Amino acid sequence: MRRLLEIAGLALVSALADAPAASAQAPLHDTQYAEADIAYGATVYAARCVTCHGTQGDATGGVNLRSGRFRNAVVDRDLDRFIRAGSSAGMPAFALDNAEMAGIIAYLRNMNAVDAASVTVGDPARGRSVYDGKGACASCHRVGGTGSHVAPNLSDIGAARSPASLERSLLDPTSQMMPINRPVRVVTKDGTVINGRRLNEDTYGLQLMDDREHLHSLVKADLREYTIGKMSPMPPFKDKLSKGEIADLVAYLLSLKGL
Amino acid sequence: MTTRLWLCIWCIVAAAAVLPLRIDAQVTSQRLAAAASEPQNWLTYSGNYASTRFTPLAQITPANVRNLKLQWVYQSPVAGNWQTTPLVVDGIMYLTQRLNDVVALDAATGRAFWIYRYTPAADRIVCCGANNRGLAILGNTLFMATLDAQLIAIDAKSGRKLWQTEVASTKAGYSMTLAPLVVKDKVIVGVGGGEYGIRGFVAAYDANTGKEAWRFYTIPAPGEPGSETWERCPANTNSFCDPEAWKHGGGSIWLTGSYDPQLNLTYWGVGNVGPDYNGAQRPGDNLYTDSVVALDADTGRLRWHYQFTPHDVYDYDSVQIAVLADNWANTGINVMLWANRNGNYYVLDRATGRFLLGKPFVKVNWMSEFNERGRPTQTPQAEGLPTYPGNQGGTNWYSPSYSPRTRMFYIPAWEDYASIFTGAAQPFKEGSTFVGGAPRNFGPVPNAPGLGRAPINTWTESAGHGAVLALDSATGEQKWKFTMTDVTDSGILTTGSDLLFTGGREGHFQALDARTGALLWKINLGAAINSGPMSYRIGNRQYVSIVSGLSLSVFALDE
Repeated sequence: MRRLLEIAGLALVSALADAPAASAQAPLHDTQYAEADIAYGATVYAARCVTCHGTQGDATGGVNLRSGRFRNAVVDRDLDRFIRAGSSAGMPAFALDNAEMAGIIAYLRNMNAVDAASVTVGDPARGRSVYDGKGACASCHRVGGTGSHVAPNLSDIGAARSPASLERSLLDPTSQMMPINRPVRVVTKDGTVINGRRLNEDTYGLQLMDDREHLHSLVKADLREYTIGKMSPMPPFKDKLSKGEIADLVAYLLSLKGL
Repeated sequence: MTTRLWLCIWCIVAAAAVLPLRIDAQVTSQRLAAAASEPQNWLTYSGNYASTRFTPLAQITPANVRNLKLQWVYQSPVAGNWQTTPLVVDGIMYLTQRLNDVVALDAATGRAFWIYRYTPAADRIVCCGANNRGLAILGNTLFMATLDAQLIAIDAKSGRKLWQTEVASTKAGYSMTLAPLVVKDKVIVGVGGGEYGIRGFVAAYDANTGKEAWRFYTIPAPGEPGSETWERCPANTNSFCDPEAWKHGGGSIWLTGSYDPQLNLTYWGVGNVGPDYNGAQRPGDNLYTDSVVALDADTGRLRWHYQFTPHDVYDYDSVQIAVLADNWANTGINVMLWANRNGNYYVLDRATGRFLLGKPFVKVNWMSEFNERGRPTQTPQAEGLPTYPGNQGGTNWYSPSYSPRTRMFYIPAWEDYASIFTGAAQPFKEGSTFVGGAPRNFGPVPNAPGLGRAPINTWTESAGHGAVLALDSATGEQKWKFTMTDVTDSGILTTGSDLLFTGGREGHFQALDARTGALLWKINLGAAINSGPMSYRIGNRQYVSIVSGLSLSVFALDE
């Protein structure tokens, strides 16, 4: 195990060490993408990619295009090469012309922000103060190594959710609650009651994080009662935070892209 | 010297004694037609020409199934979706592994005799996964259809190639993923590529030489019967309507056909029309897409057809296998049972194609009712509203099973599953995807992943789930249901002791009581099951095999 950790550590170090070298190469588009390219890319995506990757970019197992991070591509040139060559995992090679390629890369790089126009995004630094202060978000959520495990970890929420979805989560949490995050109540055969949130579930078992931050792995056949709630335990912040504070909080959450 | 001479004579005598046995060991077409009489073997992709995936073997029973033990595991070196169903012939197991390898194993121990490796051409274009589902055998020859649309004959004893025939061109988007079907002296295959604007076909090849014997195009050319269903474009249209839509009309053959030796008819499910979602480009019913075609096995001539989804805009291809059942509902009629991707269960007279029954087995809202000839009244949903079943269908390519003992039809199904369909004009370009729009996953919760979902800790009960549905074959009425949390891509096996084996994406391999659906045994194999279970016997011991992830696992009761 130790050896594995060391190897993992080395891999991480080498990945970090690679990063400056990679960014030193000139990407195709610097870091700015023209609005027109993004819009055109959306149509290319809809025509060529969506069948397998889905509208949210997460329809192919293990791949989330909205994350903005790609296993096989660091700079845009890698993306270009990858799309043209296809992959042994099953993605076919795509013969795109230059405009299509520029468009699709611009769209992929901005996929998570394309609905940002309809949402007011404030200042992330002020948003962090709201998160830690008035919002008291850390009493349930966790970012990086800080906060509670009771509610979902938000460390990479900015990579997974769009601005509009984050705003709606704050105003009306139940409307954006992922089904896996629904609160559950379990009574085991010996009468123990466990309230918490599911981490995983399948036909025969489930794993829970209870409201005291304890992990439980349960076999369904051993349960006397198993209820799934549909109301988010998170309070709506519609009347608790001002519009400006909501916008700042959305900006902070959007900045959380994982490690 | 004398001793050597005697040894030699002994050799000749021994060889003579063995020779008839070796000839017996060859898989003749008579043996294929009578596969049910040798349940120790699994001679075709679906176990028999009727494609019931029912084994008469009954050593493993509802009473003792909980004592099943893992006997051996064979691991494939190539990662990816492994969809093969092995053949077992007289103690030897033959299977394909990704991409296009053929492996011969000792079916009692899993030890490999040989591996034939074939690397498909780099310019292959395969939609929806580079899969291969298995082999066919005749005599001592195995047949494999490859991702680059080649048909390859392999010596079953040595693993050496005997001949190779190009079935179609990869440049035009053709590929093959199915296990071939052997009928008499011919090997029958069909082509994939419906998402790349191919013109699909079923074709038969001489098993000895690889020479093409006949070909049936699933899209008729102008003037041929059925071509009238590729209607003229309206005048002054700006809908991208294509006057030559039939040339790239799709109609893939993804799965192995069935065969009725008495009628000498072979039945093939035909895939979706191209482009998948934009109906305006191809007005008309678009025969023979989304249909079953009954072909004369000697000539390939069309005897009859039935179209499940006329003018499809949902990608509801008939990527299923006709399951043949006799004396349906005690009427004396020999039928085919069909659980279609479009969510309906069908019964057709397999001699004539007459529609006998159509009934939804999952929620269906793309149609409302059938007329007496089985034509559905379509009810397209308004823009932005969900259509049931969703894009992957109420079921898909995974094999169902029919037990002549329970007379139930068992379907691997996706329940409560919808997509939002939108068509978009798309010009045809050879070798490029040609789907004309895209379905969106529909989930009851905005932004939650739909059924293309990734890791388990993001999606529970977001949209739909998998199930095994047991239907009364006579009425289509649901007799029982076994619900899963994730969806399933696993086939189903039923046995002579009324057991049902199946898997699912969760990685559980489970045995149910085929009469009640009660769970009798399960094991977690640690990876999704995307294949079909099968069963065979060596000596007096029954085995059950299943592929999960990169592993083929074989179970039996301890001796």
